[in-house]
Amino acid sequence: METLAFLQNTWYILIGVLLLGYAILDGFDLGVGALLPFLAKNKEDKRKLFNAVGPFWDGNEVWLLTGGGALFAAFPHAYATVFSGFYLALMLVLFSLIFRAVSLEFWSYEEKGKTFWEWAFVIGSFLPALLFGVALGNVIVGVPLDGNMEFTGNFFTLLRPFPLVVGLLGLAAILMQGVTYAALKTTGEVQTRAKQLTNTIWIAFIALFALSFIVALIFMSGILTNVLAWIAAVVVLVGWYMVRVAVKKGKEGQAFLMSSLAFVGLWGIVGAIHFPNVVKAKDAALSITIYNGSSSQLSLTVMLIIALIGMPVVIFYTAYVYKIFKGKVVLNGDGY
Amino acid sequence: MDVVLLSRIQFAFTIGFHFLFPPITLGLTLIIFILEVLYRKKRDEMYKNMSSLFVKILGLVFVVGTATGIVMEFAFGNNWSQYSRFVGDIFGAPLAAEGIFAFFLESVFLGVLVFGRKKVSEKFYLLSAFLVFFGSHLSGLWIIIANSWMQTPAGFAIEGGRAVLTSFFDAALNHSTLIRFSHTIVSGWITGAFMTAGISAWYLLKKRHQELAKMTLKLSMILIVITSLLELGLGHAHSVQVAKTQPEKMAAFEALYDTQQGAPLTLFAIPDAKNQKNHLYIGIPKMLSFLIYFDFDAEVKGLNDFPEDERPPVFLPFVSYHVMIILGSLFIAIAFFGTYLLAKKKLWNTKWYLTALVWAIPLPHIAIQFGWIAAEVGRQPWVVYRVLRTADAASVVVPAWQILFTLIMFAIIYTLLFIVFMRILLKIIRKGPEEIATA
Repeated sequence: METLAFLQNTWYILIGVLLLGYAILDGFDLGVGALLPFLAKNKEDKRKLFNAVGPFWDGNEVWLLTGGGALFAAFPHAYATVFSGFYLALMLVLFSLIFRAVSLEFWSYEEKGKTFWEWAFVIGSFLPALLFGVALGNVIVGVPLDGNMEFTGNFFTLLRPFPLVVGLLGLAAILMQGVTYAALKTTGEVQTRAKQLTNTIWIAFIALFALSFIVALIFMSGILTNVLAWIAAVVVLVGWYMVRVAVKKGKEGQAFLMSSLAFVGLWGIVGAIHFPNVVKAKDAALSITIYNGSSSQLSLTVMLIIALIGMPVVIFYTAYVYKIFKGKVVLNGDGY
Repeated sequence: MDVVLLSRIQFAFTIGFHFLFPPITLGLTLIIFILEVLYRKKRDEMYKNMSSLFVKILGLVFVVGTATGIVMEFAFGNNWSQYSRFVGDIFGAPLAAEGIFAFFLESVFLGVLVFGRKKVSEKFYLLSAFLVFFGSHLSGLWIIIANSWMQTPAGFAIEGGRAVLTSFFDAALNHSTLIRFSHTIVSGWITGAFMTAGISAWYLLKKRHQELAKMTLKLSMILIVITSLLELGLGHAHSVQVAKTQPEKMAAFEALYDTQQGAPLTLFAIPDAKNQKNHLYIGIPKMLSFLIYFDFDAEVKGLNDFPEDERPPVFLPFVSYHVMIILGSLFIAIAFFGTYLLAKKKLWNTKWYLTALVWAIPLPHIAIQFGWIAAEVGRQPWVVYRVLRTADAASVVVPAWQILFTLIMFAIIYTLLFIVFMRILLKIIRKGPEEIATA
């Protein structure tokens, strides 16, 4: 493989890894947020859950920022097309993330506005959890693009059956991250509720996974012969199944890891069936691929050096800080 | 309405609002780190208590900064897709690098600062304070690299209608990066120092936490003296750089229409670019030439030397630049007067001065906002100086009504955020450092 193609392939994988990191990590705090009304029944419950995500959500969101920056740097055309083309939908995501980012801090200080900021956290978590999948579903199944790589659809183009199903599956995966994390970090009634919810979501997840497979067969071609996608699907099924096994055994940490494994599998399927497209067009000849949409060889090389130096360090200290806060949440006066 | 104009208003509004917060972060992380070092050395609880108060404030500032910062990361794709296609090869890398090298560091260790005082050792807490300080400044560096490349682009070639990177170091360390970075960082330290000075002055006026307030005010005063004087030098150096690398911008700052040998420094004027006149002009003869070239008779280019469609507007850059300078000078005056009172041991009970310090808290923000307006409007009509016009940079598929709609939404949401932010900030300050530290 020539150098440029190697770099383009590498960046396809690296952006996938960044988005996967985002899905797994911010997934659990988005999931906790979206399910808050079901997990928490009183203020103490809420404080426990807020403090469970408190030290992390900010760092988790950086995975999205870095993924976005890396997409801009490595595949600027894809970044430009998607963010201008899906303008209103992505603005809705941004508004949600704004409210969500401030909600916990504001909740802990405000006397009168508590209910408002609590719902800002819930809705601000739910909408992105759903809409990220819808956006991804569109990019995978193909959107109308013109010869200049510009999006020619409108807001309603985005709400087609395949993207909506992918959106729901993504939501289910994020909720599973949320409930398994909640069970890991809490005790007592909150933990019991989290475990019960895990069972419900566990079933919804597999139903939506099957439904996604069916709509994928209808709307996409070539997926049955994609070996990598099949391997990834097995990973999804193993992870999914083991979540239930781990919950039954009372191993909450393992349940969270297995839910994350299922997410790895989902991203594996996406990566396998989408390659080498970055943004697929309805007319395949107009698609933005890693080959026609990438930055130059020098730029990709510089970025790769930055990533190779930076990301191992990031992963090291992130893991270290998670270790500091490991264990059940104790309300000790710090935090919310 | 025009898509480009709407997108410009939206970008100016969202970045202007966002940039209320990072300067506080720069200043507060420095002061928190100093307090934590003092606590380690002197073992006096007072440093820890004051630091705890500022950590609370930092936590609040940081979430609003993050909330409004996410918007900026995607604003280029949302509203400036043609720009993104054109500069992606160069401009995306610093944004990604900011995440990888800096923002992760800042966010992860801020979690330790806010949530971990009781969970980690004192040494690790101090290290976390340093890493948050370091991360936020490194974050600033990458953002300034991106911005500076738009001002003084370097290390690239135009290929197939796009800017393509030819040298990473030339692009990153272009003519304005380092001086713009220093100027911006120090403006953040001034902002932080005025904030902590104002808060301590308020406690002194209310006769609360007097020992802590005196210590913090003294520390803040030292910082204000150092930073405001340093900023005088850095501001001067930055202006010289602008005059040499973006001469039409300096001409707009000074409302200089005709190229002159021995150009005057404008002290006051009401510029009238249409008629190429300045009303009520007051200036120092030959001073501008001297400040830029160290030569009273050097030639300074006027706006008329540039093609008409490449001249920046004059009124807004002129006014913004001068307001910034006036405020910068005021900071130096405040610093000297404060030092005088401190030396005479009158600082703790000179009520009018303490009251002035409280009201001075927003002034560095105003100076910073005007400074950025001068820098960005002064670059027009270019988005990338002499490479890409702002008019050619906007997204082509986003209809005007959608931008108007999101602009209105941003206005509503940010107003709400600002009101609640201020309310909580005042609440934290009212609660007091000792109460927060023992909570």
